[in-house]
Amino acid sequence: MAKFILRRLIQTVIVIVLVSLIAFSILHMMPGDPVLIILGEEASQAQIDTLRHELGLDQPVLVQYMRWFTNMLQGDFGRSILYHRDVADLIATRLPITLHLGLIAFILSALIGIPAGVLSAVRRGDFLDSLITVSANIGIAVPMFWLGILGIYLFALKLAWLPVQGYTSPFDDFWLNTKQLIMPATCLTVVPVAVLARQTRSSMLEVLQQDYIRTARSKGLRERAVIMGHGLKNAIIPVVTLLGLQARYLVGGSILVETVFNIPGMGRLMVHGVFNQDFVIVQAGIIVIGIVVALANLAVDISYGCLDPRIRYDDR
Amino acid sequence: MTEMTATLDDFLEVSPGTSRFQNFIRVFWGRKVAVFGAAIILVLIVIAVFAPLIAPHDPYQQNLRESLQRPSRGHLLGTDPFGRDILSRIIYGTRTSLAVGLISVGVGALLGMSVGLLGGYFGGIVDTLIMRSIDALMSIPPLMLALAIGAALGGGLGNVMISLGIALIPTYARVMRGQVLAVKQADYVTAVRAIGGNDVRIMLVHILPNTLPPLIVLITLNLGTAILSEAALSFLGLGISPPGAAWGAMVNDGYRYLLTSPILSFAPGLCIMLVVLAFNLAGDGVRDALDPRLRGVI
Repeated sequence: MAKFILRRLIQTVIVIVLVSLIAFSILHMMPGDPVLIILGEEASQAQIDTLRHELGLDQPVLVQYMRWFTNMLQGDFGRSILYHRDVADLIATRLPITLHLGLIAFILSALIGIPAGVLSAVRRGDFLDSLITVSANIGIAVPMFWLGILGIYLFALKLAWLPVQGYTSPFDDFWLNTKQLIMPATCLTVVPVAVLARQTRSSMLEVLQQDYIRTARSKGLRERAVIMGHGLKNAIIPVVTLLGLQARYLVGGSILVETVFNIPGMGRLMVHGVFNQDFVIVQAGIIVIGIVVALANLAVDISYGCLDPRIRYDDR
Repeated sequence: MTEMTATLDDFLEVSPGTSRFQNFIRVFWGRKVAVFGAAIILVLIVIAVFAPLIAPHDPYQQNLRESLQRPSRGHLLGTDPFGRDILSRIIYGTRTSLAVGLISVGVGALLGMSVGLLGGYFGGIVDTLIMRSIDALMSIPPLMLALAIGAALGGGLGNVMISLGIALIPTYARVMRGQVLAVKQADYVTAVRAIGGNDVRIMLVHILPNTLPPLIVLITLNLGTAILSEAALSFLGLGISPPGAAWGAMVNDGYRYLLTSPILSFAPGLCIMLVVLAFNLAGDGVRDALDPRLRGVI
């Protein structure tokens, strides 16, 4: 097991280095000269040269990358062109908000999606199964930002049950924070719930046909023990894989949800960075999010190895 | 996406004496939901192609005197803040959605399949390099990747197609690689190699055609996802430039007038959902008809 974890850890580090290369090279294609964006069009040549030198943009690309990467390892992500602040500070205030929202959505999707899938499989063919299957099909197709707007229209503007948008720290006002997060968390949850329910359903149906399920039933186990103990336990592995993949979906979805609900998280920061050509923010954002997703995948892989010993040996 | 239980019936549906194509049609036709999806897609294609004939008004014609009108006989879905007819803009938006969906999936499939083919065929260091890069691409949420690349390339519909395509590469590369690894072991490949076939020929003539079924299924299922992503990017403000019509951008434009004219956001969003649903349902049908064993894999 220790060897398995170590191998995965090394792979994760390699992936993170490659993500940093991707982030660096994408943003070097960005239009517009960052120096001119900072100084404005009327800057003198001397000013331009000085700043270019300060930012290290007069160095060869490889040197720039090495410098950027080593600085980042020391927690220095550079200064935002847009906000005139250290990007590390910006991320420190915004990442927790996105993680908070993402974690709620992650837990909710597992808590709703997996039982829905089990229920659907157990009641195969009856009304409940059809209802869950149809809802899942629609859930996968619905645009999240549109669902958010529908929610705001109904629950905030018409019924006035929930605040329209915004974010308050749970440490300042826990109740307001909860009310503000209900709609964004629900929007983020819809697709993962649908995806998980579908996978759990088909995986359960497959397992429930196996001989050992018949054996369990015939030796007189209660149906509940058969379904949960023998059925779900064997059906859960592909579901866990999918659950791991949801991490990147939730972080990606935060871009949309934070835009609709005006939540000052990483997604909003990225969108601002992209549309204001603040390459420092976008680079840092991509790498930080890449790390979050890579670590989430690592966690899933390890829990996977715990769930199914075969994986530890197979994967060489 | 996934439905793992291939029952005996699914296999029995493949009866001897009929061509693969006949079988495909027969099984697909048996899936009524899939046929429903395909019918919607067909209608949408007709709408996109004949948009100028179908649209009741010019979608770009501003008329500030008629701004933000409620639905009426003159304007079935009302007008936007510039007095443009919403129905006509939605009809023209069909073109944007379908074009971006098709081309970005094409770009992603072409690049991803090429990379997966090379990695799977040559193995070794080439494979490791490619697969680790794919892992890295997969750690960045597709929407965020597309947003960053789109911004780097500069807005515009063409660049959105390219950036969405790049975000789709990992899926195709992985599926293709897996397929190549399986097919590569086949005796006929060894035979061709023994008579001295060169690598390019073996890859393109002998391996590629035998890897295609799951990739075709993947392409069909991805069309809906790509259309949804295009809508999301245009909602955020990346993509077609005004006065062009895209559904995602229309949802965003209408958001500001939510209290007074909710239909501005509601109608285009409903269209997005319908199109994506149609592609997903049809995609599930294509998978069942092409190879029921793929349930659970794709």
